[in-house]
Amino acid sequence: MHIRWNWKRKTIAALLLGAASLWAGTGRLSTRGGSRVRADYPAGRPATVRTVSDDAAARAAFLAAAPVFTHPRCQNCHPAGDAPLQGDDSHPHAQSVKRGPDGRGKYGMKCSACHQLTNLPGANMPPGAPNWHLPPPNMRMVFVGRTPGELCRQLKDPSQNGGKTIHQIIEHVASDKLVLWGWNPGEGRTTPPLGHTEFAGLMNQWASNGAACPETAENR
Amino acid sequence: MIALNVNRRQYSVDVDPATPLLWVIRENIGLAGTKYGCGMAQCGACTVHIDGEAVRSCVTPVSRAAGKIVTTIEGLSADLSHPLQQAWIAEDVPQCGYCQSGQIMSAAVLLRENSKPTDSDIDDAMSGNICRCGTYPRIRRAIRRAAQLMASGGAK
Amino acid sequence: MNIATGMRRRDFFKAGAALGGGLLISFYLPELSGTSETDRAKETFAPNAFIRIGTDDSVTIIVNKAEMGQGVYTSMPMLIAEELEADWSRIRVESAPVDPAYNHAVFGIQMTGGSTSVNSEWERLRKAGAMARMMLIAAAAQTWNVNAQSCRAESGYVIHAASNRRLSFGALADSAVKMEPPKEVVLKDPKDYKLIGKPTHRLDTPSKINGTAQFGLDVRIPGMLTAVLARPPVFGAKAVRINDEKAKSVPGVAAVVSVRAGVAVVASGFWPAKLGRDALDIVWEEGPNATLSTASLREQYANLAKTPGAVARKDGDPTQTLASAAKQVTAEYEVPYLAHAMMEPLNCLVDLRSDRCEIWTGTQFQTVDRAAAAAVAGLKPEQVQIHTTLLGGGFGRRANPVSDFVVEAVEVAKAVGAPVKVIWTREDDIRGGWYRPMWYDRLAAGLDAAGNPVAWTHTIVGQSILAGTMFESVMVKNGIDGSSVEGAAELPYAIPNVLVDLHSPKVGVPVQWWRSVGHSHTGFVVESFLDELAHTAGKDPYEFRRALLAHQPRYLGVLELAASKAKWGAPLPGGRARGIAVHFSFDSYVAQVAEASVADDGTVRVHRVVCAVDCGRVVNPDTVVAQMEGGIIFGLTAALKGEITLERGRVQQRNFHDYPMLRMNEAPDIEVYIVPSTEHPTGVGEPGVPAVAPAVANAIFAATGKRVRRLPVRASDLRKA
Repeated sequence: MHIRWNWKRKTIAALLLGAASLWAGTGRLSTRGGSRVRADYPAGRPATVRTVSDDAAARAAFLAAAPVFTHPRCQNCHPAGDAPLQGDDSHPHAQSVKRGPDGRGKYGMKCSACHQLTNLPGANMPPGAPNWHLPPPNMRMVFVGRTPGELCRQLKDPSQNGGKTIHQIIEHVASDKLVLWGWNPGEGRTTPPLGHTEFAGLMNQWASNGAACPETAENR
Repeated sequence: MIALNVNRRQYSVDVDPATPLLWVIRENIGLAGTKYGCGMAQCGACTVHIDGEAVRSCVTPVSRAAGKIVTTIEGLSADLSHPLQQAWIAEDVPQCGYCQSGQIMSAAVLLRENSKPTDSDIDDAMSGNICRCGTYPRIRRAIRRAAQLMASGGAK
Repeated sequence: MNIATGMRRRDFFKAGAALGGGLLISFYLPELSGTSETDRAKETFAPNAFIRIGTDDSVTIIVNKAEMGQGVYTSMPMLIAEELEADWSRIRVESAPVDPAYNHAVFGIQMTGGSTSVNSEWERLRKAGAMARMMLIAAAAQTWNVNAQSCRAESGYVIHAASNRRLSFGALADSAVKMEPPKEVVLKDPKDYKLIGKPTHRLDTPSKINGTAQFGLDVRIPGMLTAVLARPPVFGAKAVRINDEKAKSVPGVAAVVSVRAGVAVVASGFWPAKLGRDALDIVWEEGPNATLSTASLREQYANLAKTPGAVARKDGDPTQTLASAAKQVTAEYEVPYLAHAMMEPLNCLVDLRSDRCEIWTGTQFQTVDRAAAAAVAGLKPEQVQIHTTLLGGGFGRRANPVSDFVVEAVEVAKAVGAPVKVIWTREDDIRGGWYRPMWYDRLAAGLDAAGNPVAWTHTIVGQSILAGTMFESVMVKNGIDGSSVEGAAELPYAIPNVLVDLHSPKVGVPVQWWRSVGHSHTGFVVESFLDELAHTAGKDPYEFRRALLAHQPRYLGVLELAASKAKWGAPLPGGRARGIAVHFSFDSYVAQVAEASVADDGTVRVHRVVCAVDCGRVVNPDTVVAQMEGGIIFGLTAALKGEITLERGRVQQRNFHDYPMLRMNEAPDIEVYIVPSTEHPTGVGEPGVPAVAPAVANAIFAATGKRVRRLPVRASDLRKA
């Protein structure tokens, strides 16, 4: 898992560069086509219904946003198994914490036993945000080990995303407090490779361009 | 002033709302059964219940407990009649005993939610509580015994 | 610290005398010197310093050992109650004040350690009980005007069967006081024991599961303040500039005072004291230890290990035999510094007045602490009273040779002029030093053509625990600190040529005894290397040991019992393999068989540990089992996780996230079997520890073919390529 993450980070970095140029191109295309797609769409505002299907632009935006999902701050609570992860090496949570029946932990080790509404001062203190939890077992929303294509399809699939519309997904990544925590993770923790505004903007791009998912062989 | 209900008694404490509940319980209210072990939710010695759910009081701001029901080891039973206490005695669990308040408070939530815990359930419930004396095999046995006691109505 | 070793036993007598502790012969039953709190109401029958019987039938046993989990608050009363014929349900326990009456029956100071409590009190406490019983019987006989021989004691009564009369101990207390203490006591025939040898529930359990047990951290007295110290970032560093403005502005902070141990923030409670401590701005003069690093120590030690050291044992001609042996095996082993990490962090409450000082703390070292506290307070030791509370774990840390946690608290109390409780944070504890030393060992052995070992050389490198302490003059001989080579110098295997030598480099890291002391490292090294020899010889590691221990019946006893209970040799499921080890420490013999498996990513899982112990006659079998279980978990934590490292003089770990402990989900199934014995009882608190690391390392070798020569076990070394 560790090795794979390193491999992916490199690939994604390369993709990101590619995406950036694509993205610039998209902008030009959009302008020519007179559509209202923008790279500078304000964060926090959901995509409007006025989307124009531009698969290439959508894919590029998602590819650019994808490293955020697989950053430890985000993927650690979207594990492949039933135990949350910790740290920048995404090691299993030290107390052998489990997802539990509703994603909020189990028995005396529910997330809220330690995680408060805010981060606590000091290195390695339990981080906190409102509603600290993992996805529930019937909607696991796994980020760990997923390619951008897999992430994207999972995110769009109502049977895997808790019945959310694209609109609701964008709202979630733009304003959910637990998502936002990833960019304010407390002392000593790294943040995702993109700023939140940038990330939310890309997700908006993705949505407003029709939310197509990456299809190339290496991203599928 | 923060109003607290601890073990069915009302208290009013004049402390900074960010003060960990642990120190308010120990020093302001004077109930010393809840222990300090690490101060960062690593060891579980400070486990108490807020509205029936286990929390690590060493990292829980006292403000979170305001208006809620706090239960500490002293409030578990007045007379050692809780099935966990009976099982702990029967299995001679404690050695130094320092972590045992926290162990029992964690186990209490387990048994409330799962009356027939398997070994894996016990792992899931108890791995947040460190015992340096190594009483884990006995804690495991005592939890099973307590579950049986509860099933047979042998204790309240 | 094996007390059966004649030399060291005498040495400790001398050490005790040097400390001003009176020397006691085991069979002399001391009386209190008369000024202590146990000198109570006149209606109480207190025939000696260990027993008080009230007119209300209460039987109070005064225990001179610190209860730190090892069960002395049950085993000590069992010794007395057995002979006293007390009603076990009426027994109450009180911790002894500091008084020569309570000195260790062998070591001559008041202390708990070396797994010696039952070993050293076996005779004395039974005699204390028998003496009281005889006086109660004499009182009853006089009351009834019958012959004492016609009376007996049972369950708290003296009974005259012929006339069907009985009087309770309480009813006899007043008249028993007036009886002449017997000159000689007759102890029971072991076949008549009612308590000794029977699994007995611990007396301290109820208080430990309802929140009433009082540990040092729990004691509160009127007007008490709480202090947390800013401690040096490097051992021996001195605070040269202190800005305490921010600390003093924390609500609740009363004072900031400098003591030798650091800068103390004194406040109304722990939290403001800790916030204040964290707000201190201190410039430290770091001193010579600022360059210490684990990496450079390893290098130094490895070089030293190649050179001859002070000789601890030499049999035959090991060097020559080794050189000419058919096969040679060499290996280097290393283990890190380890912190004790008791669950209850260190703490000490001091109430210092002009003419007296009262101290409440969980300590294993009352005589030493009292002398040290008195010196700092400017009082006589008799003016200092220590109330020994329950200890939330000890493992040796609470027997500090310089009484560090007591002395600093007295200094703070003196500076503040009010009662103060100093509390160590977990970080203070992990970073505070007094560790199990780091060790580096180089071993070589020669095998003859048949695979029999003919030579064994073992060079040990590591700091002396006793050097620089008051024990050095009597316990370090010819450059050999016995605690550095214990478990290695007494290599029990039938190998004709043996050399064990020692280097004791001076390093600025404070070191201390840590549960099982030298054995914690020699057990791992000796039993792992022996396993290497077995594999080199192409022999089964169990049979290899058996053959070399043919002349050691008690070693063989535990080895064979553990192997048979573990079904040594029978197939195991799913990648599991067994490893075996046997080790003698604290006069007890322990063998363990571990079953372990190694995942592809190198993660080690220990599934089961089967343990056999021969600790002589057993007082409370359940305690023996508990101590083996606890020792195994403690040893496993060290084997799989424990490591204190230094960089730029700074300890790199600070709390349980980076100095982790074994948890419930990692704890193996443990089975303990006791070898029946009528020998003198010996230690159980520590002997469970040394064998587990080598048993696991040997199991890892059996599972993977990879030899673990460095602890803790590293997954990265065992990962499948």
